[in-house]
Amino acid sequence: MAHAETDAKPITTRHQALGWLRQMLLIRRFEERSAMLYQQGKIGGFCHLYSGQEAVAVGSIGVLREDDYVITAYRDHGHALARGMDPEAGMAEMLGKAAGCSKGKGGSMHFFDAEKGFLGGHAIVGSHIPLAAGVAFAIKYRGGDQVCLCFFGDGAMDQGSLHETFNMASLWKLPVIYIVENNYMSMGTQLHRHSCLLDLTIRGGTAYGIPGVAVDGNDVEAVAATTREAIARARSGDGPTFIEARTYRFRGHSMSDPMKYRTREEAEKARERDPIILYESQLKERGWIDEPGIEQMHEAVKAEIDEAIEFAIQAPEPPVEDLYEDITVAPHIPQE
Amino acid sequence: MPVIQYREALNQAMSEEMERDDRVFLMGEEVAEYNGAYKVSQGMLDRFGPRRIIDTPISEEGFAGIGIGAAMVGLRPIIEFMTFSFSLVAFDQIVNNAANIRYMSGGQFSLPIVFRGNSGMAGSLAATHSHRPEAWYAHVPGLTVVMPATPADAKGLLKSSIRSDDPIVFIEHENLLGERGEVPDDPEFLIPIGQAEIKRPGSDVTIITYSRSLLTSLKAAEKLADEGIDCEVVDLRTIRPLDMETLVASVTKTHRAVIVEENWPYCGIGAGIADRLYRSIFDELDAPIGRVFTKDAPVPYNRTMELAMLPSVEGVVAEVKSLLNR
Ligand SMILES: Cc1ncc(C[n+]2csc(CCOP(=O)(O)OP(=O)(O)O)c2C)c(N)n1
Repeated sequence: MAHAETDAKPITTRHQALGWLRQMLLIRRFEERSAMLYQQGKIGGFCHLYSGQEAVAVGSIGVLREDDYVITAYRDHGHALARGMDPEAGMAEMLGKAAGCSKGKGGSMHFFDAEKGFLGGHAIVGSHIPLAAGVAFAIKYRGGDQVCLCFFGDGAMDQGSLHETFNMASLWKLPVIYIVENNYMSMGTQLHRHSCLLDLTIRGGTAYGIPGVAVDGNDVEAVAATTREAIARARSGDGPTFIEARTYRFRGHSMSDPMKYRTREEAEKARERDPIILYESQLKERGWIDEPGIEQMHEAVKAEIDEAIEFAIQAPEPPVEDLYEDITVAPHIPQE
Repeated sequence: MPVIQYREALNQAMSEEMERDDRVFLMGEEVAEYNGAYKVSQGMLDRFGPRRIIDTPISEEGFAGIGIGAAMVGLRPIIEFMTFSFSLVAFDQIVNNAANIRYMSGGQFSLPIVFRGNSGMAGSLAATHSHRPEAWYAHVPGLTVVMPATPADAKGLLKSSIRSDDPIVFIEHENLLGERGEVPDDPEFLIPIGQAEIKRPGSDVTIITYSRSLLTSLKAAEKLADEGIDCEVVDLRTIRPLDMETLVASVTKTHRAVIVEENWPYCGIGAGIADRLYRSIFDELDAPIGRVFTKDAPVPYNRTMELAMLPSVEGVVAEVKSLLNR
């Protein structure tokens, strides 16, 4: 098991690096404003925010090709935005509007964007892990060289679906990359209380003959470099890679979590390793951006999210009859 | 009599039974240190310790099966699903193992186990998190399905379920957890499984319902009373086995029945009940059996759409009136 570390030299261009920083800012802003909208009752249901984990989605999705695929769990806004989903479509979905990325039917936990190869937002823990292998199976079946990137939390390591699928993905050398976003918490249960081993690369990698790599999930370029290697392996027919991205979620599990299972100090200490701040200082050191440049970027992102919110608020509700739309390709015949 | 919440009633039922019988334990996600994702098991870890209040990983199939194995050799597990939507991951264990092992072993093993947790269309939780699983489980011989609507029924039925020697699927409703009501604190307060209760006596129409739909039905009955229509509201409380005696007596009196449920209509609870009533007391009916149900579509996130799907007070009022040609 190798520990990836950021090379002293950049692994990407200035242009791409600034793009990644901007995406992380966009995700953070999207999440923080969503929290406010949730408190105002404009967003309902279960809402899981990605703040603190941005580097994982941005670094890994950032090295994909346009024709690759991405699939994730219910903490999905960050992945969707990193994949290029229009924040207007995302925000409209949060508000349940017809213009939302799932026409207001999926909500926060079920973002989809077929055009971007974003295959969801899945809210039953572990249930999308086989789907990722299915996508990879289809790629191989057709003789393509795309890959499928699949994200889930450390809690999903405990679902049977993962273990059945990992065996098949490895056996059949499927072009799938599994990234566990280890934030050390499965809702209120910390890693040492839900996992028999603390090194997840053994449970998800070694056990199935899959290369398992741990990476600092708060270091966007380290995530990118590790994912790039995994992608190369998958494209050349050598099968899956399991990446354990070690990170931390700043907020509660969902909007209704009192967070009694962790101390204020632990949460505050984690903010010292805020992936956005880390990357900002790294890019400043390289001379790729300066303080005014960063401020400008913050302002631009703020404006973009403000616009998305305005768009979502103004957008019309779906007509109630649409309840029966999009159930099947053939017209749905209500069995009433 | 003390007035407590439905969730507290569940807590009392489990706690009292655990005091009474060391074989009873509670296992599930976030039940111990988090005090329950919905605070049903609040304080139970402190009271009973980690030997008996057990946090699990997110491994529903695994811990449902662990419960069944433990029950085969004499323990009396309470397996909590954070919500019953997640019981789908454990469906094989419940349907194949819990329901069948006694039968397949020719009666050598009994399975004194309770699977419990909340369910329902609780508000913008979308298709995967809004299931009403009662019809799936009620379909299976070997399972007993209990669905209390009031705090008192929650307590009395859960205590009986824990004392039962058979596998019980005990389905709560997320939106009922905070409902308050009078609940006896007598540790021998038991409500028998398989008995419906008339929650409102009446003479014109029988409304047959359960779980959250009871509240909708009672409100509709109030409204109808203002218009001079006297409804009898029967709360099933147990879905399987069905209390046909109470239903037959009520419908024989009113000659009209409306079934109200938060379920899809096809092959569901209402369909099953209507079938049994038609076959047993067709001649007593002055009108076809009415039904109010959730529209036949997956549950959307959008709140307006979701509310439009659910049985409403107005919907029940309209259905009752249509049976009376009013
Ligand atoms: C099968 C199933 N069981 C339980 C839940 C409830 N639940 C949702 S998220 C979660 C914790 C998941 O933690 P993890 O996989 O580490 O992901 P994270 O939330 O940290 O992103 C639980 C228990 C669920 N959605 N699906």
